[in-house]
Amino acid sequence: MRVMAQVAMVMNLDKCIGCHTCSVTCKQVWTNRPGLEYVYFNNVETKPGVGYPRRYEDQRQWRGGWKLDRKGRLTLKAGGRLRRLLQMYYNPDLPSIDDYGEPWTYDYRTVIDAPLGTVNPSAHSISTLTGEDMRIRWGSNFDDDLAGGPEHAPDDPDLEGLQERVRMEFEQVFMFYLPRICEHCLNPSCVASCPSGAMYKREEDGIVLVDQNRCRGWRFCVSGCPYKKVYFNYKTGKAEKCTFCFPRIESGQPTICSETCVGRLRYLGLLLYDADAVLAAASTPDPQDLYEAQLSVFLDPEDPHVRAEAARSGIADDWIEAARRSPVHALAVRHRVALPLHPEFRTLPMVWYIPPLSPVADVAHAEGYDPADPDRVFAAIDALRVPVEYLANLFTAGKAETVRLVLRRLAAVRAVMRDVQLGRDPGEEVPRSVGMSPDDIDDLYRLLAIAKYEDRYVIPQVHAEEAGALTAQHQQLFCSLDGEGGPGMGGQGYPPPAGRAAAGEPPMFQGQDGRLHANLLGWDGTGDPSRLFPDAQGEAT
Amino acid sequence: MNGVGATDIFWWVVLPYVAMTVFVVGHVWRWRYDRFGWDCYSTELLEHRLLKWGAPLFHYGAFAAILGHVMGVLVPISFTQALGIPEEVYRWFSAVGGALAAVVVVVGIAILASRRMLVSRVRATTAKIDYVALVLLLIIVITGVIPTIWLNLLGPGYNYRLTVAPWFRGLFTGSPDVEAMVSAPAVYQIHATAAWVLWAVWPFSRLVHAWSFPLWYLWRPFVVYRSRGIIMPPEPGTAGRRWRKIGGPA
Ligand code: HEM
Ligand code: SF4
Ligand code: SF4
Repeated sequence: MRVMAQVAMVMNLDKCIGCHTCSVTCKQVWTNRPGLEYVYFNNVETKPGVGYPRRYEDQRQWRGGWKLDRKGRLTLKAGGRLRRLLQMYYNPDLPSIDDYGEPWTYDYRTVIDAPLGTVNPSAHSISTLTGEDMRIRWGSNFDDDLAGGPEHAPDDPDLEGLQERVRMEFEQVFMFYLPRICEHCLNPSCVASCPSGAMYKREEDGIVLVDQNRCRGWRFCVSGCPYKKVYFNYKTGKAEKCTFCFPRIESGQPTICSETCVGRLRYLGLLLYDADAVLAAASTPDPQDLYEAQLSVFLDPEDPHVRAEAARSGIADDWIEAARRSPVHALAVRHRVALPLHPEFRTLPMVWYIPPLSPVADVAHAEGYDPADPDRVFAAIDALRVPVEYLANLFTAGKAETVRLVLRRLAAVRAVMRDVQLGRDPGEEVPRSVGMSPDDIDDLYRLLAIAKYEDRYVIPQVHAEEAGALTAQHQQLFCSLDGEGGPGMGGQGYPPPAGRAAAGEPPMFQGQDGRLHANLLGWDGTGDPSRLFPDAQGEAT
Repeated sequence: MNGVGATDIFWWVVLPYVAMTVFVVGHVWRWRYDRFGWDCYSTELLEHRLLKWGAPLFHYGAFAAILGHVMGVLVPISFTQALGIPEEVYRWFSAVGGALAAVVVVVGIAILASRRMLVSRVRATTAKIDYVALVLLLIIVITGVIPTIWLNLLGPGYNYRLTVAPWFRGLFTGSPDVEAMVSAPAVYQIHATAAWVLWAVWPFSRLVHAWSFPLWYLWRPFVVYRSRGIIMPPEPGTAGRRWRKIGGPA
């Protein structure tokens, strides 16, 4: 047994309101730089929908992740190592930037500078890639909230086998949001695809990173990741990906997406797992058994034997304690209400999802049931095929039974708490029917409904006592993220699109008071700052 | 033959040695000060339909051409004669093989060059040094292909192994045969000169990616684990100007 610690996340999908705050804050922190305009380390997609990049889940097309070869051994879906080296000059599985959406901005100047009285001056779209005028055809959220539903949604790979039914019953439409970040997989195919060995999984916390000084831009990680969560910075020629906000995690803070989540639906905590069991779990023959196999690699931090082994593997005491209090362990392993996204990709993803009850409740409502009536919801969970099988395609490689059990557990929490609220005795029958004790229900209720900041984020700080002393002086001088092309304070944000705006001067506009003002939005911070201030000649107000 | 002038010395002795020095020192400098920039700067994300043909054709053609140079320029004529390979056989072999490689390289670089200049997305990510390297490669390929096909395959043939090759090998033994090179046809002279300039440009361009062929991928474990360790942040102000040492205390 080789005990390792993994920082993992759970998202409770019923609470996501699709506000994209997480995507925006993540973008501001990590990808607000030239070369990454099209990149969202955190994105939120509407399901059913084609996702970002388009149809990324269809591995027959993109060939990401792992497969079993004829002898049952785990190999990369894109082919063996030798083949990789022969394909160095052209990667046949790489998505094009059009699959993500070509980044664009607007020629705001025509609007700002339009002479008074111009009727409807309009800003046209400019590609931030080329600086040329462009027609916008696709972007990361073009099918948000089922926009263009009949046209786009049927292309969702998760609808396979359900397509006809969904189209016929479109009055019974259901939808929910799926926020996605890198899964920081236990068996990362991105790392395995990188010929340079520039990508690695950190021993201490399992975060998957790209060493920017070792990446040579061979771009195989991009296609190797089945979730398409490694991105190519076309300016620096390097792969970049979600870092799990490691500088924050190291200091015990939640990731930016979690910290700013409006729905407070994200949980962060440790999982202890047996690294020696990973390969066997990922090689499980039947994809529908992969979820159980994945659960089997985790170790119970309440078990004294596991704690002793963890200590022997060099995991510090406070980390083991944190693993015991981990909300991720509770939701994913103990209560089994959080499921991995597409376990059939065999990467053992470490971002877990509590499937939404709302699609079932929605459909129950459309059929005339009262969604607040737990009996009806239970009946709907058992009777309905479409939303449940759709969720199963997302989270259990199509095994609807597992999804049904999770949904029943979630419904049971509601039913029991409703009785408690109404002063009725909930009894033990409902909990037992979903394989839980009343205490489990209570624990789950606390985690799902009232968990406070410190209960949702249980993140032990990194042990860097010696390293800190060495780098302390160095770091006082400047920010450690301030690398070349990096996301640190040195970045200037997007430059104006090529050939459009003169750099240096803050753009001016005429205010309602008739005077010229500098527009700080879009100014790159260089040039003559004196224009920022109004003329001094007696104009002071 | 009437002696060797100063200009000849410059082109056929000084330039090669300067280029070799820049090549070696430049690589050491680039590795130590700009490992971040050591990259192939793929543009496949932006354009893949032309690249699909251009990049493999160019690279495989270039590898064949490099192999041909090793055989034709580095291996002396006395060696093949000692093996008992008649000059006629050698010439036909090199003419046919060379012509094949030449066609592949020409098609490849034609696709790559036109893509770089005509596809606006690719042009937008092209640095000046990329154009320099590309133009040099174009000159080298064209001046390399003309004699291969024109003279050796279709024409009377010109035995560069008696002039260009000894001069080239002489550079490495310290006694370059300048007279032999001066007497060579102009195509060969242009070809050789552009090649030396390319060697000098190499360490400062994307061409450094050629040295990073990751052969060890064949036997390393699939999943790489690395300890967090101490990573020194880069020095402030290295963005833009690239002459400070990277990766830790000096
Ligand atoms: C040693 C093995 C080599 C490998 C694995 C390799 C790989 C690559 C890759 C992956 C690209 C980027 C293609 C893309 O845009 O996606 C590239 C571009 C390029 N390589 Fe190589 N290369 C090698 C050797 C060479 C050599 C020896 C030369 C020159 C003689 C060369 C010249 C170029 C040039 C000029 C480009 C830019 C093409 C363009 O205009 O887009 N490469 N190479
Ligand atoms: S989800 Fe993250 S860790 Fe998993 S394969 Fe993709 S990039 Fe790698
Ligand atoms: S911030 Fe939270 S609620 Fe809003 S889209 Fe992101 S995950 Fe959903």
